[in-house]
Amino acid sequence: MKVKSPLEVYNYLPRTNCGECGFDTCMSFAAHIIDRSVTPLDCKPLVEEAKKDPKAKKKLEELLELTAPEIAEVVIGVGDNAVKIGGEEVLHRHELTFFNPTGFFYDVWDTMDDKALEERCERVVSYKKFYVGNFLTLDGFAVRCTSGDPKRYREVVKKVASYGKPMILVALDPECMKAALEEVADQRPLMYAATEGNWKEFLKMALEYKVPVTLRAKDLDVLKSMAVTFKQAGVKDIVLDPVTEPLGEGLKGTFERVIQLRRTAIAGQDKDVAYPIMITPIAAWLIEGDEVTKSYWEAVIASMFIVKYGDVMIFRSLDQHVVMPTITLRFNIYTDPRTPVQVEPGLRAINDPGPDDPVFITTNFALTYYTVESDLTSGGIKGWLLVLNTEGLGVEVSVAGGQFTASKVKELIEETKIEEKVNHRYLVIPGLAARLQGAIEDETGWKVLVGPMDSGRIKGWLEKNWPPKE
Amino acid sequence: MKKFTLEEFLELLKKYNVEEIEGVKIEGDLEIELEGSSVDLSAIAPLYSMLSEFGNFLYHANMALGYLQRLSAALGIPTPFAAQPQLAPAAPAAPEAAPAVEELKLPTELVKAKFEPYKEEYPSKIEEVVLGATKADGGSRDYTITLGGERSLAFYTFDAPQPHLPAIAIDVFDRKPMLAKAVRVHYEDVLDNPAEWARKCVKKFGADLVTLHLISTDPLLDDTPASEAVKVLEDVLQAVKCPIIVGGSGNKEKDPEVLEKAAEVAEGERIMLASATLDMDWERIANAAKKYGHVVLSWTQMDINNQKTLNRYLLKRVGMPRDSIVMDPTTAALGYGLDYAFTNMERIRISGLKGDTDLNFPMSSGTTNAWGAREAWMIDSPIEEDTPWGPRELRGPIWEIITGLTLSLAGVDLFMMMHPVAVAVLKEVFNTLGGNVKESVADPGEWIFMEV
Repeated sequence: MKVKSPLEVYNYLPRTNCGECGFDTCMSFAAHIIDRSVTPLDCKPLVEEAKKDPKAKKKLEELLELTAPEIAEVVIGVGDNAVKIGGEEVLHRHELTFFNPTGFFYDVWDTMDDKALEERCERVVSYKKFYVGNFLTLDGFAVRCTSGDPKRYREVVKKVASYGKPMILVALDPECMKAALEEVADQRPLMYAATEGNWKEFLKMALEYKVPVTLRAKDLDVLKSMAVTFKQAGVKDIVLDPVTEPLGEGLKGTFERVIQLRRTAIAGQDKDVAYPIMITPIAAWLIEGDEVTKSYWEAVIASMFIVKYGDVMIFRSLDQHVVMPTITLRFNIYTDPRTPVQVEPGLRAINDPGPDDPVFITTNFALTYYTVESDLTSGGIKGWLLVLNTEGLGVEVSVAGGQFTASKVKELIEETKIEEKVNHRYLVIPGLAARLQGAIEDETGWKVLVGPMDSGRIKGWLEKNWPPKE
Repeated sequence: MKKFTLEEFLELLKKYNVEEIEGVKIEGDLEIELEGSSVDLSAIAPLYSMLSEFGNFLYHANMALGYLQRLSAALGIPTPFAAQPQLAPAAPAAPEAAPAVEELKLPTELVKAKFEPYKEEYPSKIEEVVLGATKADGGSRDYTITLGGERSLAFYTFDAPQPHLPAIAIDVFDRKPMLAKAVRVHYEDVLDNPAEWARKCVKKFGADLVTLHLISTDPLLDDTPASEAVKVLEDVLQAVKCPIIVGGSGNKEKDPEVLEKAAEVAEGERIMLASATLDMDWERIANAAKKYGHVVLSWTQMDINNQKTLNRYLLKRVGMPRDSIVMDPTTAALGYGLDYAFTNMERIRISGLKGDTDLNFPMSSGTTNAWGAREAWMIDSPIEEDTPWGPRELRGPIWEIITGLTLSLAGVDLFMMMHPVAVAVLKEVFNTLGGNVKESVADPGEWIFMEV
């Protein structure tokens, strides 16, 4: 974003403090434009005025330009499933946040038989991993043209499109690409890829079908030249692929190219390379070795560039030892460091509990809370869950750091009036808080049972320990 | 310049009696359409003359005129005027003025552009810390390991050379610890013998260093007296000739005593004492390190300000030499706070490079923490709707690898790890990014076409 201060934005706003945007003042709205939680288009009077008055329109356009992200934002797909990539502002997440998580696309190819194709598409579409209160999912498909036959490619692309996920069309042959675009251009797929050899035809298709296009070149002078050429010809939605080399010096070179591209775009203000970056961890399947070696290396390459500036990726492996670590890392790196991941402290009733059911306690760190809560809920366990305000810290850290203490537990028991809801005085504490057992008993007068180290084991633990024998 | 709208233009056409032109319809904002295939030339001519007259302020008229010209050209009709009407001065810089036809004129050559990489130079450098001492320096180690020395972000060798790649230490315990099954199977035969355990780490699993954790000293476990516990350290120093790190049990009261004793028996070996923390007697631990020539690990709980504070205490109050401090800003596992750990370390590293002399020390990570993540060890997901998790034998090591890899990009110099596969893969990553792996793949684009 070119502007850094709300004041610079404020001058473009109506300055009436009408409040239509949901903020009390235009200055407050300006501050939220700067932190990117809103855009100028969220100011209704501004938009309305621009419709009537060309001068106002010009001013709005100027403001949009000033507040546009440093790295261009590109949308792949249409509707609810569309994936936004790029749109980044900073080189390090602590400087603001990273915005659009790396898009994860999984390859299928047009020489697969129909059954295998369906199975693979089904796996991608149905993938689910519970994390911090939500399910993580995969973004879309990269359909590779391995047949060299435009007719077959078009057919397979059509079939894959029916799953409703965004697509990357992988074909260097313009005939094949054109055939696929004829079928699915309205789904806004990302073309992969224009190269030094085929760029003219790809440029024409990008303009004709109005779809985003990937430019692929290892030589960054050539890559930049292509980006400039495409932009001057009127193509806005550009993705840069500096070529992922999977091994040795090649991989080191890839690391350098990716960092140089992003750093030059943001710190060096070179708008000609300020586009989302494509990484292809699937290239790990070109190295020698068994399947585990290749899939591990695919996870390694992907992780390296989830941390460092990869905006969209093409994967091969759907094995959990590749998907789970990469999808989790993506979530971690793209979590907004400005918002503490906490939940409301207090009392939660799980599965409609009664007065005889156990009372558990955990912290208000979102990750801990959702893990415990979902383990209890999905395990069909009835119980009461006390959520202690540990300032968003996990069990181990808050016990060590003094945010999880016996006196705070006592306060929570009093505030939540849990004593009126159960007819026993047993509190189950996390295994990692075992050392507080005595202190909590002294402070509260409750009997404290030390639960398992991991809440995933509560179910088995209860079978042995509940109701308490005495 | 006079403002002129399409409405006004249409008014003008009426005024000049040209509204009757047959087959020509002016529509919307920008388009003029001709109906039918035959065009009456005489219909175009009056338009030309009219537009020429009013060309001075006609933005839309300019559009219309251009259109008519192109139209005549396209239909093979010669323009009624020999000279092109000069409307150019009137054309404003409005981008919409670019006629659609020119967009189709595609470039035949790439516009040549040169990529000039942005250069980043930091004013400061990370301290170099040597672990271990060889005979020449009064110790008995076969080699030493140097941490730190960076002048740029990790592996940014295009900014500045990185003198030392990260090192890997493997954990050894003086008492059977709780271990995930996938880890335990690799150490089953040595769990009761720390010296053999250390030997296995070095000989079989390629550890650069060994970390001996004296957990049996914990008053809640065996409460082994310090003087007895350090005998195991002597055994390990005999058994392996790599640099050694010694850890306590984490007990705030006992650790200072244990580490002080360890410093004493390992005099001359330049071990690292792990760790001094703000909530225990850091002064006693650091003093022991200073007295016997060792390195101290300064450990804080994911808080850059606490890290600064503790480092400053060690420097100013104890007088630790600058080349004898390593920091552990705390490692959280992938999925369990790794984002905090990563960003905390990245901030510490950038501050150090920018010249904060309280923070420019090498960093260490307890990467074994990754095994606390249920994804690493649990047989399957406790959440019913989850896609099945697959074999945990494969999930565990990669969890440790990705945790370590992520933190290596934040600048960690020393990794304390456990799974041999994780150690091997992470070493390969460091060697690759450090430029020590020469092999490459011939055609990195082969995946585009490859059939499987």
